[in-house]
Amino acid sequence: MAVLLLAEVNNGELALDATAKAVTAAKSLGDVTVLAAGGTAAAAGEAAAKIDGVAKVLVAEDASLGHRLAESTAALIVSLAGDYEHIVAPATTDAKNVMPRVAALLDVMVISDASGVVDANTFERPIYAGNAVQTVKSNDAKKVITFRTSTFDAAGEGGSASVETVSAADNPGLSEWVEDKVAESDRPELTSAGVVVSGGRGVGSEEDFKLIEALADKLNAAVGASRAAVDSGYAPNDWQVGQTGKVVAPELYIAVGISGAIQHLAGMKDSKIIVAINKDEEAPIFQVADFGLVADLFEAVPALTEKLG
Amino acid sequence: MKVLVPVKRVIDYNVKVRVKADGSGVDLANVKMSMNPFDEIAVEEAIRLKEAGKADEIVVVSIGVKQAQETLRTALAMGADRAILVNAADDVHTDIEPLAVAKILAKVVEEEQPGLVLAGKQAIDNDMNATGQMLSALLGWSQGTFASELDIEGDKAVVTREVDGGLQTIKVSMPAIVTVDLRLNEPRYASLPNIMKAKKKPLDEKTAADYGVDVTPRLEIVSTTEPAARDAGIIVGSVDELVEKLKEAGAV
Repeated sequence: MAVLLLAEVNNGELALDATAKAVTAAKSLGDVTVLAAGGTAAAAGEAAAKIDGVAKVLVAEDASLGHRLAESTAALIVSLAGDYEHIVAPATTDAKNVMPRVAALLDVMVISDASGVVDANTFERPIYAGNAVQTVKSNDAKKVITFRTSTFDAAGEGGSASVETVSAADNPGLSEWVEDKVAESDRPELTSAGVVVSGGRGVGSEEDFKLIEALADKLNAAVGASRAAVDSGYAPNDWQVGQTGKVVAPELYIAVGISGAIQHLAGMKDSKIIVAINKDEEAPIFQVADFGLVADLFEAVPALTEKLG
Repeated sequence: MKVLVPVKRVIDYNVKVRVKADGSGVDLANVKMSMNPFDEIAVEEAIRLKEAGKADEIVVVSIGVKQAQETLRTALAMGADRAILVNAADDVHTDIEPLAVAKILAKVVEEEQPGLVLAGKQAIDNDMNATGQMLSALLGWSQGTFASELDIEGDKAVVTREVDGGLQTIKVSMPAIVTVDLRLNEPRYASLPNIMKAKKKPLDEKTAADYGVDVTPRLEIVSTTEPAARDAGIIVGSVDELVEKLKEAGAV
């Protein structure tokens, strides 16, 4: 049984953490072939070949595959699909854009955000913002799956898979890339960071979010935010943690001024240690916190930043 | 241009979800149901396109149980022009899979010939995030998913998308499927006069069989369980105590 795994490639570089976590999830399903696709993808393919458990790497380079446009990427995957029983990817926004399109073209259901592998046909996935876990058994000939990276450990390095090039499929030419607005940051990436400090509506302004960022920098942490903070313009959209944002499971998650709506909890409740700082002692975030501090964040956060490290 | 907006009836986002004791699913009997919040944003966007003179008719469609009629009436009260209800299930606990929904929607699109389909990016019940992309695949149309901005420029739609790294802007050929994210707009509330008017707007009833689509699930639900609960934590009295506890736990 063979698995085709769509690597996460950003501007020609492999997103190693997300891809290696998906490899861990996919390994038990069969021999894993990684597909690195992009405008440039050779370096990403070389990097993927070093992931433990990868049997083969396919590199597809073509201008039409740049910026991971759904139509051309899906067409490529479908052109390769014949050899594989499972077609999988880490559950990133890129893969969530592409994989349901692949599934429909193959006339199969997609299994999004799988958090567990029971057997080759049976998978667990959270539903209702993680308030329930469903085990589903696929009756389709091919399984198209995205894996929730926060629930799998990254596969190690040390592999030396063979690398082959493949051609892009015909570009349907339906869409074109205009621009990316990507914030450059020296902080760890949110979904792979060991520590995450998140701010919510209670932080009150974009300017005061600097308090959150200062604490994060002291802990070498990534910065997250609740939906309310993003909607209010205090933080950019790519910081959002929750049901429809990013799902994180760091060693330490510090929630500051976040009330703890179920939609937010969906994105962080698998964190190992959760700290909540909120002035409202009734806030639901305290129900999932290992350590709760009922305090004014404008006093507690600078004090915490000072006392740590 | 005609805009088609699929809407789904789901558990209200404020309701506490209870897993049924027999593991067969989530209890939806006598639970408050509402329009999927992302679909409300899609309906709102369609109305704004109409108000801006870029759309002339808004058709909303829902696929599921007959009670989805209420969801369609809500969309009509917000400002949609007419509705199509596709009866595809009798039991409120039956969730029609995105693939089957997309197949039915593809048939509706063939009949209605919209220039744009605006859909929510995901439903907050099954969290699958798939229907828009699947519909786009079946029609061979372009797709712009997770939109936080949308501009129609002639026969192209310029879509700014919320992605992991930040924002991506793409230009897609029309007709297109656009799935909407949270920041696109803030949906309006329907006024009482509009709720009354909505009762008189046309609502066609169909069945999945009318469209020749088999809605048999491809994924068999083996079980539905509660997620693992977290152990109760403690409330600390001060920042100093918090630091001490974090050090004890080896977290810092």
